[in-house]
Amino acid sequence: MKWWKYPILLGLGVAFAIGLSKAQLISFVRIRRMFAFAEPHLYLVIASAVAVGLVSTLILKAITKKDIGGQDYQVKDRPFRPGIIFGGLIFGVGWYLTTACPGPIYALLGNLQWPALFILAGALIGAFLFGLLKPKLKD
Amino acid sequence: MEINDPLPWYIAGPIIGLFVPAFLLLAGKELGISSSFRHACSILLPQRTKTKLTYFNYDWKKEGSWQLVFVLGLLFGGFVTQQWLGGAGIQLMPDNAGSSWEGILTLFFGGILVGFGTRWADGCTSGHTINGISQLKLSSLIASICFVAGGVAASFVHRMFFGGIVP
Repeated sequence: MKWWKYPILLGLGVAFAIGLSKAQLISFVRIRRMFAFAEPHLYLVIASAVAVGLVSTLILKAITKKDIGGQDYQVKDRPFRPGIIFGGLIFGVGWYLTTACPGPIYALLGNLQWPALFILAGALIGAFLFGLLKPKLKD
Repeated sequence: MEINDPLPWYIAGPIIGLFVPAFLLLAGKELGISSSFRHACSILLPQRTKTKLTYFNYDWKKEGSWQLVFVLGLLFGGFVTQQWLGGAGIQLMPDNAGSSWEGILTLFFGGILVGFGTRWADGCTSGHTINGISQLKLSSLIASICFVAGGVAASFVHRMFFGGIVP
């Protein structure tokens, strides 16, 4: 990868974490209310993000299929497989328990919420356990 | 609206959505975060373990360094918000999160489910929900429905049988 993409990615990370924080997507109050259907806030955040992401990406792809360095996008195929359902449900339960999906884990740490280190430690062990059990699991 | 205020959904949501084309155009990559757990394992595990667990046996410098730099940005962005932008304007974690065994074990055990589940599903809220659906991937839509279904079910069980309350 070209070297100048690293500072760009660093900047994207900074901006994304500010967005997640200011949307309050990293707050246990908002997450608990979302999963209990007690308020629509995070559903509206996510739905409007997807709507804008969808339209803006369609427009971008209609204009160009290359990044600003002139290379094709590296896009995963993401075919359907059963693991998406099993893994998705397991992650959903973990999301409720920790009230943090992966982005917010890092954003919380940046916000000096040190208990999020327990979530990160768990997530790394969880990823390790997946690698360990992968040969036995349904893809 | 002041810089210290949180953002309403109709501003925050669209900003988050624009990261999908921004990633493609500026970096040639797809927005995603949970693969960073895999990369971290690949960095931390000794080679003899990785030879057996082939899932972690790859060149993380080549495959993952871009994402680890992004994660570094996430950490710094959280810090910027907390220090200079007035924070998120809401309590972020429960009072007992780091101070009781119940709180710590919930975070740790839940974290294991987050790491395990996102790797099995090959994506999280950013990779599947924001990025995948924006790129019209049906599997990402199914994954996202499962994310929410798992969280809603856990919330229901917590409130019905374990006295959970909604803050």
